[in-house]
This record gives sequence, structure tokens and C-alpha cells, in this order.
Amino acid sequence: MSSVATEQSPVHGTSHGEETGLWSWITTVDHKRIAIMYFATATIFFFVGGIEAMIIRLQLMNPEQNLISPEFYNQLFTMHGTTMIFLVAMPMAVAFFNYVVPLQIGARDVAFPRLNALSYWIFLFGGIYLNASWFVGAAPHASWVGYATLTSSQFSPGLNTDFWFISLSILGIASIAGGVNFITTIVNMRAPGMKMMRMPLFTWMTFVTSFLLITAIPVIAVALIFLGFDRLFGTVFFNPTMGGDPVLWQHLFWIFGHPEVYILILPAFGVISDVIPTFSKKPLFGYPIVVYAGILIGFIGWGVWSHHMFTVGLGPIADSFFVAATMIIAIPTGVKIFNWLATMWGGSIRFTTAMLFSVGLVAVFTVGGLSGIMHASAPVNLQQHDSYFVVAHFHYVIVGGAMMGLWAGLYYWFPKVSGRFLSEKLGQWHFWTTMVGFNLTFFPMHFSGLFGMPRRIYTYSADLNVAIYNQLATVGALIFAVSAVIMVVNIVKSWRSGEKAGANPWDAPHLEWSIPSPPHHYNFPELPNVQSREPLWNAGEREQILAVTMGEAKEEPHMPNPSYWPILLAASITLAWALVMTGVWWIIALGIIPVFFCTLMWGLEPAFPEGH
Amino acid sequence: MAHAAAADHHATNTGVSNFKLGFWTFLASECLFFGTLISTYMVYKGTALVGPYPAEIFDVIHTTISTTILLFSSLAMVLALHYLQHARKNLAILWLGVVIAMGAGFLVMEFQSYQKYIGYGLTLTSSTFGSSYYVLTGTHKIHVFFGMLWMGILAWRIHRGKIAAPQAEQVEVAGLYWHFVDIIWIVIFTLVYLIP
Amino acid sequence: MSTDVSAQSGDHAHAAKGPGEDHSSVAGYIWIGVILAVVTFVEVAVFYIEALEAVEVPILVILSTAKVILVVLYFMHLKMDHKALTWLFMSGVILAVFMVSALLVLYHVLPRMALSL
Repeated sequence: MSSVATEQSPVHGTSHGEETGLWSWITTVDHKRIAIMYFATATIFFFVGGIEAMIIRLQLMNPEQNLISPEFYNQLFTMHGTTMIFLVAMPMAVAFFNYVVPLQIGARDVAFPRLNALSYWIFLFGGIYLNASWFVGAAPHASWVGYATLTSSQFSPGLNTDFWFISLSILGIASIAGGVNFITTIVNMRAPGMKMMRMPLFTWMTFVTSFLLITAIPVIAVALIFLGFDRLFGTVFFNPTMGGDPVLWQHLFWIFGHPEVYILILPAFGVISDVIPTFSKKPLFGYPIVVYAGILIGFIGWGVWSHHMFTVGLGPIADSFFVAATMIIAIPTGVKIFNWLATMWGGSIRFTTAMLFSVGLVAVFTVGGLSGIMHASAPVNLQQHDSYFVVAHFHYVIVGGAMMGLWAGLYYWFPKVSGRFLSEKLGQWHFWTTMVGFNLTFFPMHFSGLFGMPRRIYTYSADLNVAIYNQLATVGALIFAVSAVIMVVNIVKSWRSGEKAGANPWDAPHLEWSIPSPPHHYNFPELPNVQSREPLWNAGEREQILAVTMGEAKEEPHMPNPSYWPILLAASITLAWALVMTGVWWIIALGIIPVFFCTLMWGLEPAFPEGH
Repeated sequence: MAHAAAADHHATNTGVSNFKLGFWTFLASECLFFGTLISTYMVYKGTALVGPYPAEIFDVIHTTISTTILLFSSLAMVLALHYLQHARKNLAILWLGVVIAMGAGFLVMEFQSYQKYIGYGLTLTSSTFGSSYYVLTGTHKIHVFFGMLWMGILAWRIHRGKIAAPQAEQVEVAGLYWHFVDIIWIVIFTLVYLIP
Repeated sequence: MSTDVSAQSGDHAHAAKGPGEDHSSVAGYIWIGVILAVVTFVEVAVFYIEALEAVEVPILVILSTAKVILVVLYFMHLKMDHKALTWLFMSGVILAVFMVSALLVLYHVLPRMALSL
């Protein structure tokens, strides 16, 4: 067996013993590389969605402006929402699941490395397919929620909605595969002593999120099939003239859609549940409660969906049930907030950028949560629904909540991934321009919303007197855009020439900090033995673990083979779905053949080198 | 609990293989997939604006027979697995063949039903009953067909000596899939054909 | 039937035994198959017997639930396997049942109640 190189490899995120070069990345099944690809791709899509937002903000800056056509405006906000949710927030969280979870539980990789790669390539191809719609002038235009009957072939005759339902169907496969992968990994691949109730909170939230993914995505997958069939084959699922119910679309969409927002936020909650204790030098306050609160949020989150439908007329009994459930879910969320605060209380706090983003999340998410509670009341909701008040609410919780949490994760784990710190100076600039830009953009929207500005309109009358709020929002958006640029500058600069970081630069408690930065491609030379929730904060345990984890492997551990079937299968799946757009049965059937072939070849290929 | 040996990548916390555990997790997601299809059928029950209506066209006896065939195919499946686990290669292949044959029998009978219903005027597009019925049951049939292909490949690999008793889990997991598809049909049979 | 769920797939300590050993578990499977068929015929009978119309729905639901449980527990071996598998699968089952029930209530129960409000 080849001996492992002894010097720390340069900061390209690869580790000793691993191939370099494009082909090695195309065939990689290494969770760390896949994570980097996810993060980079999600960041690119972040800028795509951001540009879409900037054009929107420019159009809305003044009343009765005509910088762009209404149709183009509809495409912009549809693509902005669809991109940010499915191509940015979710994949960026998955980037962190991928990099961090195996390291936190003491595993060499995830349970299904090739399936992991498949999820990434499907994401990439699905995202490209969705954005290809721009190039044919047919970007989706019926909003990210795609309500029937607006999305019917009668009212949306072009390819726009076809691109939409097909892209989401493609992307959904990646999410379900990922969910299965992480559940299996977490249940089955923990190091000795790593009981479930010893796992870091980030891994716990990954676990809950994975359950939400595998249960919620199938629902929208079916809803999209119904929509596709209605559009292409004339079924009547949402056709009221034939007895179909457009409201059924809303039910099915939101049965997915509400768990989806918990899918967006729980990873961020997980990140800060790890970051805050580290930079408070105190274990997480009330660990079991935070875990159970996360599980409860996931579970109750399944029972609140029609709070998106209070204006539909479901009746007082249905409405009351959903009001109650929605208010109840605020409780476990609030509990988490108190636990984070209690963790900081009496702690020795360092305001690193990661900590700033984490504390920022707590503050900003609370604002978003408060507007959420307001929405939860059905009568109040009748005023707020479809107004900018809603836009304010969800940007506070998704950007201020989910994204800031992930950026905290970026600053926290970047040293582990690259062996270098992100610049704290640029980080401070990043954080403060984000806070100023973000709040300036979205806080005024509470007002424009309550003063009657509807959402999803390409312009508004001057008589509405909301111009000032729109102007403030546009200025804020520009500042926010600057913060995004600062972030990328920071990443690029620091990757090349950032201050070097060792194995545990933050003196953090969990297992990912017990190995070199960046890790060997096999993560752990030997699996450590864990005895507590904060292994590296307990003296004896720490020594015993580091003796095992900071060494070199005596012989090259068995790692899964690279494979080209994931990218090929992802391409086949994308092609098969793209052919659905033709609406011709036999063409679609032909498209399934490469999928079948690639799946078969994958199944016949050994996952590990022979002789294991 | 897991073993500490670094090179032992087979050891799992539960003692169950990743493949089997992951597949059960996948089946949980399939519950939601079919649950949505079934919910939609149930929501649209009784809402069709035009006929034909279920009571007019469903041949419960015919469907009972096809259902029973599918049920017995699950029996054939466990027998196939049992014999493979006991290194009775040829019996395993035989019983996998029975699974495939019974699956085919189910599909043939069900397509006969489809033809009859179309003759009565029930199509994908004729009503909410038609749309929800064909998409629900059609999806199920696609699952059955895929299962048959899977069993065929397994039977072939057993025949070629690539799968023997130590690899029986591959057949076990395929069996989980097959039984699950059978379960879905049990639910469909009751909710679609029997419940008024 | 094997009860041990060791990581090594389907590895049994014993070699193929004589027909006596095989029959005991094969017989068990056949019994389950027969029960499933019988329950199916009972369901169909309940469907046809008009006298039972009032209680038809609960009986059918209970009977098919019983069939599902038999297949899951015995054919799919869930009863004898690690509890984690039960938890994983049941998470999907419970949510699916909840969804079907919720939509049924929203579409078929509440509208009828609303008429009396």
C-alpha cells in the first residue's frame, strides 16, 4: 500500500492520497468535495437570484415605472423565489450537511457516497435546466407557488410553466435521495460511543430536516405530476369546469410548502446551536430540550399548512385548527431562542464573524417570527395576505434566519475545509453591510404591506403613498448586494492567502475539530471513541481522542471508488424529464431507457474496491 | 454498537446494513408519494360531473382475482428469499419466476379492466374520477412493472452465480419493494373498489 | 426465520437442511398467504352483503389494515428486525395516514358540517 504523504496539503480542499484534476471531481464520491461543489454552485445561483431581485427593486423604486414589461417582471419574481429556495438555500444547507455531518459523527463518508454525488449532479443539471428557460424567453412566470388555474395550459399556454414543473420534479429527486442518505448515515454510521443524544445539534437538525425532506417532497412531486398531466395530457385535476378543484393544488403545494420552510430554517438553527456554545465557551444550554424542540417543530410543521390559505374560504372550523397549530409551533421555536440566549448568558463571548451572524440570526429571526405570529391569526391574515407584509415576514425568516445561519456556518467551518481563516476584517464588513442592507430592504416592507401594497405587482400607483418604502428597500438592496460581493471576495482571497488555521482554531468541542484542517480524504485514521457531548472539552476524553484522530493512518483505509455513473444518471434523468416537455408518450418512454441503463450499471458496479 | 476497527466499513450502529435501512427510509417516502395519490382519489370520490361512475363499471370479482394474484406473488417473494437464504439456488430462481409471472398476471388482468372502462367512456380526461383513477392505479402498475424487471435481473444474477446465500440481502430488499407495492394495492383495492 | 440482523447480509450459520427444517418457516409463510386471501374474500363478501352496509366502511378499513400489518410484520420481516426500521417506516405511514385523513375531513366532512352552522 502506498504510504500517506506526511506534509499538510496545500489549501485546495483536497487531502493527501486523493486525485486532483477535473475528472477526479466529476467522478468524486467524497462528501467533502461534493460539499464544496454544492456550496460553489449555490453561491453562483445566489448571484443569479440576486440579480433578478435587483432588477425587481429597480423597477419598483418609483411608482408607475416601466423599466420592464409586466410579463418579464412576473418571470423575475418567479425565478427569484424558485432559485433562492431550491437552488440556493436548500443546496447551501446540503453543502454543510455533506461536509460536516460525517465529521461530527466520526464517519469516513456518508452511507451512500454515489447517491450523494448523484444528488449534486441532479441539482446542477436541474438548476441549469430551469435557467435555460431564460434563453428561450420562457422563464416560469406564475410565482414560485404556481397556483392553479394560472398554471393551466389555458392560462399559461407557453413553455414557462412546463420548465417550472419539470425542473422542480428533477430537483425533488436529489432532495429525497439526500434525505435517505443522511438519515441512514446518522442512524447507522456513528463512531463508537456517539449515542444519538450525544450528537452535535447541527447533526440533529440535519436528521430532522432529512425526515421533512423525504416526507414533504413526494407530496409536491405528485402535485407536479398532476399539473404536468393537466397541461400535457388533458387530465382535470385542477380544472374547475370538469369538477377539478384548484384549491386542491394549494393544499398539496402547502402540505409540501410548509414543511419546506422548516427544511430551510432547521439547518441554520443547527449551525448556530453549534456556533454559539463555541464562542460562549459554554455547552449548549438545555441540549435535550433543543433537540426535542427541533423534532417537535418538524412534526407540528406538518399540521399547519392551510395558514397559507386563510383567504380561500375553508370555513371557520378548518381555519381555527390551523390557527391553533400555527400558534403552537411558535412555542418550540421560542424555546430554542431562549436556550441560545441562556447559553450565552454567563459565557465568555467572542464576537467572531460566525458569532455575529449567529446572534444576528437570533435577533432578526425573532422579528420575522413576530410577524409570523401576526399572520397566524386568521382575521389579521385576511389583511396581510398577498401584501408586502408577507414579503417582509418571509425574507426576515429566510434571509435573516436561514441564510445568516448558513453564513455563520461558512465562517465557522471554512478553516476546517481550507486550512485557512476567512478574513475577520472582511467578515465584519460582510456582516454589517448584510445587517444594514437587509434590514433597510425588508423592514420598510412591513409598512408598505400594511398600507396596502400587494405583492407580485410590477408597479403601483403613486396614490398608494408607498413610494418611500420602496425607495428605502431599493437602496437597502444595493447595500445588500455589496455584502454579497464582499463575501465572495473574502472567500476567494482567504482560500488563497488567508491566515493558516490548525485542527481546532476555535477551541470547539465536537469531533470535526479533532482532525487536521483540511482533513485527510479518509477523515479519521481510526474511528474515535466518544464519551460525552463535548468530547474535546473534557480533558481525559480529549487526549484519548486526539491521540487517535491526529495521527496518520497506518494503512490506507478502504474508501469507496470514484464513479461516473452518478453524473451520467443525473444527465439521463434530466434528459428524460426534459423530453416530457414534448408531451409525446413514446418520446418520453424512450427517454427512460438511458435512466434504466445507468441505474442498472450503477447497481452492478461495486461500491468499494474488490476484496473488501 | 459499531466496531472500532478502522477498515471495517460494514459495521453499523444498528447492525442492519445501510442498504436495507436506507431502503426502509425510502419506503417511508413512498408512503407519502402514494398517500398523495390516494388522498386525491378520495378527495375526488363522488365529484365526477359526468359518468361513467365507479359503481357502474367496476367488476369487483375480476379485481378480487387480480388482487389475490398479487397477494400470492408476495408469498412467492418470501419463498424465493427463503430458498436463496438456504442456498437452494434453483428454487429461488423458480419462485422469483413465479413472482414475475404473477405480476404479469396482475398487470394483464388490470389492463383488461382498463380496456373495458375505456370502452364505457372512462378516460384520463373524461372526469375527476377518470383522471384520479388512472393516474393512481397507473402509477401503481408502473411500480409493479419496475419490480418485475428488478426480479428478472436478480433471477438472472442468481443463475449466473453472482448472487448466492451471502448476498441474499439483495433479494430481501427487492422483496421489501415488492411487498410494499402489494400493500399499496391492498389499500387501493379497499378504498377505490370496495368503499362506496 | 432468521432473527439475527448481523451486518453481513443474510448470512446464516446453518447450511441447507432437509425438508423438515424448511417446511416449518415455509409453512408459516403459506399460512400468512392463506389468511391474506381469506381476509380478502371476507372483505368482498362484506362489500356484497347489503345488510352490513351501515358498518361496511369501518369493517373494510379494519380488515385491510390487518392485511397490511400482516404483510409488513411477517413478509417484510419488520417484527423480527431492529426497531429503528419500524420507526423509520412508521414515520412515513403516520404522516401519510394523517394527510389522507386531513384531506378527507377538509373535503368530505367539514363541508357537510358547515351546512348546519
